[in-house]
Amino acid sequence: MGKHVLLVEDEINIIEAIQFLLSREGWQVDTHSDGATAVDTVRRMRPNLVVLDYMLPGKNGIDILTELRADPDFQNLPVLMLTARGQSRDRELAERAGVSRFMTKPFSNTEVMTAVRDLVQLAQ
Amino acid sequence: MARDALTGTRIRERRAMGGLKQSDLARQIGISASYLNLIEHNRRRIGGKLLLDIAAALSVEPTVLSEGAEAALIASLQEAAQRARLPDVESERAEEFAGRFPGWADALAAAHRKIADLERTVETLSDRLAHDPELAASVHEVLSTAASIRSTASILAEDKTITDDWRDRFHANIDADSRRLADSSKALVGFLDTETGEAAPSGSPQEEVAQFLEAHDYGFAALEDGSDTPDHIVAEAPQLVSAQSRHLARTVLERVVADSAQVPMKALKSALAEAGPDVIALANRFSVTVPHMMRRLAAVPGLDAGLVVADRAGSLLFRKDLAGFTIPRHGAACPLWPLFQVMGQAGQVIRTRVQMPTRDGAVFDCFAAAEPAGPIVLNAPPLLEATMLVLPVPDAPVDAGVAVQDIGPACRICPRGGCPGRREPSILSDGFGGF
Repeated sequence: MGKHVLLVEDEINIIEAIQFLLSREGWQVDTHSDGATAVDTVRRMRPNLVVLDYMLPGKNGIDILTELRADPDFQNLPVLMLTARGQSRDRELAERAGVSRFMTKPFSNTEVMTAVRDLVQLAQ
Repeated sequence: MARDALTGTRIRERRAMGGLKQSDLARQIGISASYLNLIEHNRRRIGGKLLLDIAAALSVEPTVLSEGAEAALIASLQEAAQRARLPDVESERAEEFAGRFPGWADALAAAHRKIADLERTVETLSDRLAHDPELAASVHEVLSTAASIRSTASILAEDKTITDDWRDRFHANIDADSRRLADSSKALVGFLDTETGEAAPSGSPQEEVAQFLEAHDYGFAALEDGSDTPDHIVAEAPQLVSAQSRHLARTVLERVVADSAQVPMKALKSALAEAGPDVIALANRFSVTVPHMMRRLAAVPGLDAGLVVADRAGSLLFRKDLAGFTIPRHGAACPLWPLFQVMGQAGQVIRTRVQMPTRDGAVFDCFAAAEPAGPIVLNAPPLLEATMLVLPVPDAPVDAGVAVQDIGPACRICPRGGCPGRREPSILSDGFGGF
């Protein structure tokens, strides 16, 4: 499995922190902040992993994930969803949409990196 | 055991509480100690004059002995027993318990009521947390900012090889985020304290002014009749903690003075009674602008009118809340509000019937108009200020030949799907689908 991640998040400082962490572990990191065009960006970039925020301008993470899972090319794409919405209903919605891992803010760097490593391992 | 069958028990408890010996009480009321003993062990029925004599000797009302603890106390104890999942046989002994240990019974019932009150408070706050859009937006802001700070701070603490450029950038990020977190936390705490009925400092000068105006119910009769001054009212207002809020409040009050000079409240009420809330007719009658009249109408006690004033950038400069018509506390309001439609046409007055996406589909009539604000400068576009008066339309018919515009409070807290005016997703679950 390659090490190309697409980070879809609109909080600029979270982007910088996660980008730094992933880059340090050898990941090629691309970022995207607009929910409306996120699916197109995934199709174009074809990353090995997507870190996806739940709440995005233009389109929310659940809808993005649902669209991705409807595409045979991305049914098995590892997707780590980050959210400030920790309610069980949100988790259930994410799981129904096909999320690979669901993580609530505020998360630790260790949690993020462990999740990324786990998802990579599962995908191999 | 029947309630009246415990009269003897109550006599015994009351006598013991008063430190009176059984033989002394028997002597006082003229019966033998052995007979009083039988009464106290509920082996002899008691009533009539003897009960009155015992009550007098114990300095209590006869009903305290004959009826025992109040029904409410018994009910509270039984509820407490059910909550504790005690068997029925224990629950049925609540009255006996109350009769034998009145002090403990009161304490237990009070604790049970307190628990119930606290649970209701928790339930209310939980409900707000789950459904209140303002609160949900605040929580989201706090958590997102906390996530950013936590992640960035961990990098700085753990990575000793980080370059100077990255370190500087992360320090700047933490600085910015910590300020943002401080502001959003204050706003959140202020919101929660307001909900629980406690006075608390607000998160921003605008919030302080809003609390100040709410405390005065948006009316300043003493200011209008000249018996008080803006400076004095501002100085005495506990809600106005910051210098900025005092400045903003003074500006609002000075406008009240100016507005009321041309449209006195008494005359306005009289005209309102004749013509109804026709803003144009009323403005013409008093020879003032329509926004001026809207501000005065919003101050009429009992009219139940909301008011929003915004500048051309969309910032809300003034807000008077109205039940069912949510005006966002932070950020931009719904772009479909008539308030924003008049920005490009100063002088034009529009009236639009609107519906908010509330459970009961509340309907309102909105009057909106814009006018220049500030001094007129040659060859420079005027600064504009738009004003919108919001009047509730109770029991509005669904289809009465009047077009109703669907609007919302603000995109972030609006559940409407498929809205052409949406500029960001809603944090309300129903609002995700249509985006």
